[in-house]
Amino acid sequence: MSGSRLGVQPGELIDRDRVVRFRWNGAEHHGFAGDTIASALAAGGVEVFSRSFKYRRPRGILTADYHDPNLFVQVGDEPNVRAGHRLLIGGMDVTAQGAWPSLGFDARAANRVVGRFLSPGFYYKTFISPARLRPAYQKILRRFGAGGKIDPTTPPAHAGKRFAHPDVLVAGGGPAGMAAALGASHRGARVMLVEENHHLGGHLLYGGPESEATLAELRALIGADDAIEVLTNAVVTGRYDHNWVGIVVIQGGEEQLVKARAKCLVVAAGKIERPYVFAGNDLPGVMLSSAARRLINLYAVAPGTRAVVATANESGDAALADLERAGVEVAAVADLRKSGSLLVRAKGRGRVAAVELSGGRTIDADLLVTAVGWTTSTSLLNMAGDRPAYDARAARFLPGELPDDVLAAGGVVGDGSIEAIVDHGRVVGFEAGRRALGTRATWQRLTPRAAPAPEVDPEPTVIPRLPAMPHPELFAGPTDGFVDFSEDVKGRDLALAAAEGYDSIELAKRYTTVTMGSIQGKLAGVNAVAVHAAATGATIAATGTTTWRPPYAPITLGALAGVDEDPVRYSPLHDWHMAHGATPIAAGQWIRPDHYGDPAREVRNTRANVGIIDVSPLGKIDLRGRDVPRLLEFVYTNRWDSLAIGGVRYGVMCAEDGVILDDGVTARLEEGRFYMTTTSSGAGRVWNWIDEWLQTAFPTWDVKTTAVTDGYAAMNIAGPRSRELLERVASGVDSSPESFPYMNARIATVAGVAECIVLRIGFTGELSYEVHVPAGYGLHVWEALLAAGSDLGIAPFGLEAQRIMRLEKGHFIVGQDTDGLTKAYTPGLAGLVKIDKPDFSGKPELVWEGEQGAPRRLVAIQPVDGSVVPPEASQIIAGGRTRGRVTSSRMSPTLERSICLAIVDTEHAAAGAELTIRLPDGRDIAATVLEHHAHVDVDGGRVRG
Amino acid sequence: MLVIVCPHCGPRNSNEFTFLGERSTRPAVAATTPAEWRHYLYFKNNAAGEEDERWFHVSGCRRFLDVERDTLTNEIRSVRDVGEAAR
Repeated sequence: MSGSRLGVQPGELIDRDRVVRFRWNGAEHHGFAGDTIASALAAGGVEVFSRSFKYRRPRGILTADYHDPNLFVQVGDEPNVRAGHRLLIGGMDVTAQGAWPSLGFDARAANRVVGRFLSPGFYYKTFISPARLRPAYQKILRRFGAGGKIDPTTPPAHAGKRFAHPDVLVAGGGPAGMAAALGASHRGARVMLVEENHHLGGHLLYGGPESEATLAELRALIGADDAIEVLTNAVVTGRYDHNWVGIVVIQGGEEQLVKARAKCLVVAAGKIERPYVFAGNDLPGVMLSSAARRLINLYAVAPGTRAVVATANESGDAALADLERAGVEVAAVADLRKSGSLLVRAKGRGRVAAVELSGGRTIDADLLVTAVGWTTSTSLLNMAGDRPAYDARAARFLPGELPDDVLAAGGVVGDGSIEAIVDHGRVVGFEAGRRALGTRATWQRLTPRAAPAPEVDPEPTVIPRLPAMPHPELFAGPTDGFVDFSEDVKGRDLALAAAEGYDSIELAKRYTTVTMGSIQGKLAGVNAVAVHAAATGATIAATGTTTWRPPYAPITLGALAGVDEDPVRYSPLHDWHMAHGATPIAAGQWIRPDHYGDPAREVRNTRANVGIIDVSPLGKIDLRGRDVPRLLEFVYTNRWDSLAIGGVRYGVMCAEDGVILDDGVTARLEEGRFYMTTTSSGAGRVWNWIDEWLQTAFPTWDVKTTAVTDGYAAMNIAGPRSRELLERVASGVDSSPESFPYMNARIATVAGVAECIVLRIGFTGELSYEVHVPAGYGLHVWEALLAAGSDLGIAPFGLEAQRIMRLEKGHFIVGQDTDGLTKAYTPGLAGLVKIDKPDFSGKPELVWEGEQGAPRRLVAIQPVDGSVVPPEASQIIAGGRTRGRVTSSRMSPTLERSICLAIVDTEHAAAGAELTIRLPDGRDIAATVLEHHAHVDVDGGRVRG
Repeated sequence: MLVIVCPHCGPRNSNEFTFLGERSTRPAVAATTPAEWRHYLYFKNNAAGEEDERWFHVSGCRRFLDVERDTLTNEIRSVRDVGEAAR
């Protein structure tokens, strides 16, 4: 019978007045507020918490903290909860993970019997053939996977995210980290102090009266210091370039990802106690000295009733004292510092029953406490580029060279009294503060508009030496046991890997999966190196460590995903559309009306009467200045210097590789005022591109660009009666065809709204006017147009009707009918490419394409059987090869037949050419190439009318 | 995530910027050859070390900036407006 609640302990974290009830594998349990799940279960006599990954061996408490590989449990619908760290909450439904069908009896524990066959690569070596059985293997092996269960019905939760800009970030809230925070603050720095446990203090929490006094003092100072922000229950997940630091904090059960930019990072992550490799080292009842000390001192739980203590350092000695004080019978002490004193094996079935020491001495015990050494927690330093070096005298790896903006404090660096550690931390923090303030001043100097940079002390503070104390090198005993508890890797697995030729520790790691489990090698790393070194005959120093990469600890995907930040854009008329039966469709970032019930009817009404469409998402750029015509000459392929005031021109923009980037119309509203429209999706790209040319190539030109896409609502009235409609609502403009011809623009008052821009253009192929009005008046003008046109048969039309009409007219859409290889000659824009201009973007490529001829052409085609609409992207084939593809296709309500645009190889692009279209279902249909792109109104009489 | 100290806006995360790659010189359009032009379009030094780059502070001041960066260490030596001499 292991574990029972002790009397009150001096530093205990539990509140005995608050009983917390919860369930463990369906059975009622209770603990106290302040208990972790594991401490409450241990107090209730639970010894087995999980089944191991590969051999399904029963596992109990090993470290009793955040890093315990044996304490991953399921809490409700949350898998992989660290029971040694997660605080108990009333009503928790805790279940064991990885046990099937139950924790007490695991069917797969048969693996233990066949264990010696489960060598590295076993699954790959065994289940590789015959190939036809692989699906069956997969089905069975999947049962053997570790981890908890995800409940797909759990409602999605969005973890929060915030950004922080501390001067100094201290990773680790033990004595050195607390002192470092105070030191940095003393220098005038703003500090963020991050601790993975629920309380600051590290090992001071269970270190006796002297520790308690120091802890109380440090806590009081930190509590009173406004410049220090403390994050507990928070783990630094990684350090990236320029001290970009990720932190996952859990507050009130909610995860939050903190992205911190620290000017200086202090790593005070301390040391992690190392397990010992020997037979039976994973039996429940075998635990580290720090685990025993945590259970007794923090949670008042006796870890066993009859103990053997194997110690090689003061932590083991202190655990021994704790056990004796707690009234646990200590049956034997093996002082591993003495030569000849050995820990041989732990015996027992399902838990420790006896311990064999040197000389064949076997002692009955239900608890074995080991204290064989420490591993420096160098992960974050490693991520900063440090390569830790092995110090045989101290039996651990120690930090090497660090970049200027990273410092290490306390146990990471060396050993000492509490006073020495605190002193070291304080000075490191003080120096970190100096460096951070120096960086802040440098940044201010580099930013002319910033406040003048203050003086920063140029003299570095001398950091006291903190030497690592000698410690015997104890990694593996005379018998073999588990090196990695997460992955069930034993010493002999590493030896086999070495024998099979995996002589580099990095390769052996990947082959055996040692250190690749949920604990990320924090316990197993150095033992793996030592065992592998012994197997290869190399030294530990020469073997080196594996590389530590982010994350320091596993992070939930939810914390990384955070809140969905994809922007969605709505026209100012969106609510009107939704109230009038529009079916919305996502078009890039915009939500637009696809149609209001029947797109074909919308087309017929527009062609017969007048339709109105919301085109607010169109990109709009206001261009002002003397040199705008020069800019337009450069960014468009055609001529612009002759554009008169009131004129509108269509243009195509090509990138420097000659590929079509965007298209649209630009109007000259006044002498030095132009109004450019772009495609909806290209608005930002074009604006950036224009600014790039202006700033990098033509810095002396007088051009100001302003993106006004959201500043104007835009609506297009199209159809034979659109002029009549415009006349009813617009003032200050003569709408007659003579004074307001096609491809012209006017500033007018529309429905009482001054300064509207009216463009007479025709994407739909109809007589049409595009009215751009200040966005706040958009709805007013829209409703006024509808009211004024009610007797003209006006009806709104959506994106689908517009797409049909532009296809009937043969107007291409950049990005749909062109792709990343389409240069200007492909869609037949020869007339718009003015290679006599001295320069424009992409000119050389277009000159060459003009000389050589475009390899492909955009053509209008019609299937011979007009009832068949070949889906877009249908292949066009000839001679058994793909010769092109359908880029746009619709049923034309005007012609009552199917119509298409297609890109085909030039040799198949001649008017009248017969093409074969292969449909997705494999059928081939015949189609004919038309002479012009337009299917409807080829001579343009409608738009020009 | 790098810190780029924008001369207009101060220290900012690099995700406020668009990386436009190594700085290149546009050949004279009237005299260029396909080989030269396509070298300008597609060939980069990809130096392991000091590189002259162009960044665009798209989510800030919208200035195009010349940045000297060491691609091995990510140390940023200078950030300045296009065409402006190093301070």
